Amino acid sequence: MRTLTKKNLLILGSILLTFALVQVLVLVGILDSFYEITIATICINIILAVSLNLVTGFTGQFSLGHAGFMSIGAYVCAIISMRIGTVGGFLLGLLAGALAATVVGILIGIPTLRLKGDYLAIATLGMAEIIRVVFLNLEITNGAAGLNGIPRYANWLWLYFFTVMAIVIINNFLKSSPGRACIAIREDEIAAESMGINTTKYKVIAFAVGAFFAGLAGGLYASYFYFLKPDLFGFMKSVDILVIVVLGGLGSLTGSVIAAILLGLITTFLQSFTAVRMIVYAVLLVVIMIFRPQGLMGSKEINDLLKFRFGKKEEKIE
Amino acid sequence: MPLLKVDKLTKSFGGLTAVSNVSIDINKGELVGLIGPNGAGKTTLFNLLTGVYVPSSGSIALKKNAATIELGGKKPYHVTKEGLARTFQNIRLFKDLTVMDNVRIAMHQNVKYGLVSAFLHFNKYHKEEDELKAEAERLLEIFHLSHKKMELARNLPYGEQRHLEIARALATKPSLLLLDEPAAGMNPYETAALTEIIGWIRNEFGLTILLIEHDMSLVMKICERIYVLDYGMLIASGEPNKIKKNKRVIEAYLGEDVSNA
Repeated sequence: MRTLTKKNLLILGSILLTFALVQVLVLVGILDSFYEITIATICINIILAVSLNLVTGFTGQFSLGHAGFMSIGAYVCAIISMRIGTVGGFLLGLLAGALAATVVGILIGIPTLRLKGDYLAIATLGMAEIIRVVFLNLEITNGAAGLNGIPRYANWLWLYFFTVMAIVIINNFLKSSPGRACIAIREDEIAAESMGINTTKYKVIAFAVGAFFAGLAGGLYASYFYFLKPDLFGFMKSVDILVIVVLGGLGSLTGSVIAAILLGLITTFLQSFTAVRMIVYAVLLVVIMIFRPQGLMGSKEINDLLKFRFGKKEEKIE
Repeated sequence: MPLLKVDKLTKSFGGLTAVSNVSIDINKGELVGLIGPNGAGKTTLFNLLTGVYVPSSGSIALKKNAATIELGGKKPYHVTKEGLARTFQNIRLFKDLTVMDNVRIAMHQNVKYGLVSAFLHFNKYHKEEDELKAEAERLLEIFHLSHKKMELARNLPYGEQRHLEIARALATKPSLLLLDEPAAGMNPYETAALTEIIGWIRNEFGLTILLIEHDMSLVMKICERIYVLDYGMLIASGEPNKIKKNKRVIEAYLGEDVSNA
C-alpha cells in the first residue's frame, strides 16, 4: 500500500492535529460541555451530509429519505447496546445498525432508483415516512414515547474517528473506477450505459453506501444523546441534511464538511436568540442561493483550491 | 459467418416503422458506411444495434470468439461488454469531467478490482489505476489530446470533442466500432484529418467499423462497402463506385425526376 506518501502523511498529520487541538481545548476548559454537544452534532451532520452527497451530489439521485436510514441505524444501535451494556455492545450495535440501513437501502433502491428527479425524491420521502411510522408502532422501539437511557459510549474520540473514516472511505470510493461510474451516471446516464456501465447497479451501490453511513451516524446519535423518538427523524431532518449538502456544494465533500461546521456554529451562537434564530438561518440560505447557487464550494475540493493557490505546475491525476 | 449479422430487423414506434426488414452483414476488419437521407432510420438502426431500443422483430447476431451472441433486446452496457462501442450524433461526453476521466470511465468494464479495494485503496487498486492511466494516455496521444488531459471536456473545441468521443469509445476495447456522423460540423480540413485517423485506428486496433455519415468525401474515400437506407428500408448496398451510380440512391437523395431534367 502506498500509505506513506508525503501527501498522505500531511493529511494524517492534520487529522491528528485537529483531534489534539480540540482535546486540549476541552481539557483546559475553553470548550465546555455545551460546545461539546455542538461538536458532536457537527460530527454526526458531517457523516450524514457526506453520505447524502455521494447519492445526490455525485451520483445525481435526488433523495429525500436520508433521515429514514439514520433512524434505522439509531434504533438498531440503541436496542443492541441497551441489551449489551459494554463498549463492545455499542460498536456491535453501530455495525449492525449501519448494515441494517444498508440492507433496507438496497431493498428500497432497487425499485425506486428507476425513477428520476422529482419522482425519486417523492418515493424516497415516502419510504422515510414508512420507516418512521413503523418505529412509531413497534413495541421494541417503545412507540411515540421513544427509548430512554441508552448507554452513552459515543464520545468525542469515537465521533471523530468515525467522521474521519466516513470521509476517507467515501473519498476513496469516488477516486476509484466504481466511483467514477457513479459520477458518469450523474453526467449523462445514456452515455454512461453505452460505455459499459450498469447504471442501475451503481445507483444502488451509491444508495447502499449512503445508507450505511447514514445508519452509522444514527447509531452515534443514539449513543451520544441517549434518547430516541420517531419524531426526530421526520421529513425536516432529511431536509436539514439536504440543506447542508446543497449549501456546501453538490459534488464537493469538502463543501459538505465546511457547511456542516458553519451551520453547526451558527445554530449554537444563535441559541440565545431563539426568536430570530430560524429567520437568520433562512435569510442566510436565501442569500447564499442567490449569490452562490452552486454552493460554497461548487464541485471543487480543498486540494483543487490549494493547487490554484500555490500555482502548482505539475498537474497530478488523482 | 460475418462478425455482425443483422437479420430482418424491424422497429416500429406505434404506427411508424422506423426500420423495416433490414438485413446487414459486416465482416471482420471491414469499414462499412451507412448512408441515407435525413430521417431514413440510420440512427434508429444504431440504437437497435447498441441496445438503446428493443427490436420489434428480427435478430442481431455478433460473432465473439467461436460463439454467436444474440444482441437484440440486450441492455446497452451488456452490448458494450460484448464488444460494440459507439459515438453519438449529438456529442454526449461527460462535459463537466476532465478529458482523462472521460476515457477512464469507459475503461470501467475491464477493471478487475472490486468494491472493497475501491473503499480501502489496496495495492491492487494502485496497480490497476496506474495501468488505466497509462492506457488512457496512450489513447489520448493518438488523438493529440494528451496535453489537454486535465481540461474539462466542455472546454474543448468542437472537433476535439468529436475526437474525444472516439477515444472514449475505443477505451471500452471494442471489436466493432459504430460511429454516428463523426464528421458532422467539421470543416473539410478537419474531415480529412479525421478520415486519416479512422483508417489508422482500424489497422492499429484491428477494428471493424460501421459509420453513418453525410459527408460523401469521407464515405467514398474510406468505406469499402456502403448500405443505403431510405424510409427505414435498405434500398441499395455495394461498393462506393456502384452506389454513386445507383438510380434508386440518386432518387432518394435528389428526388425522382432529376435524371430526366
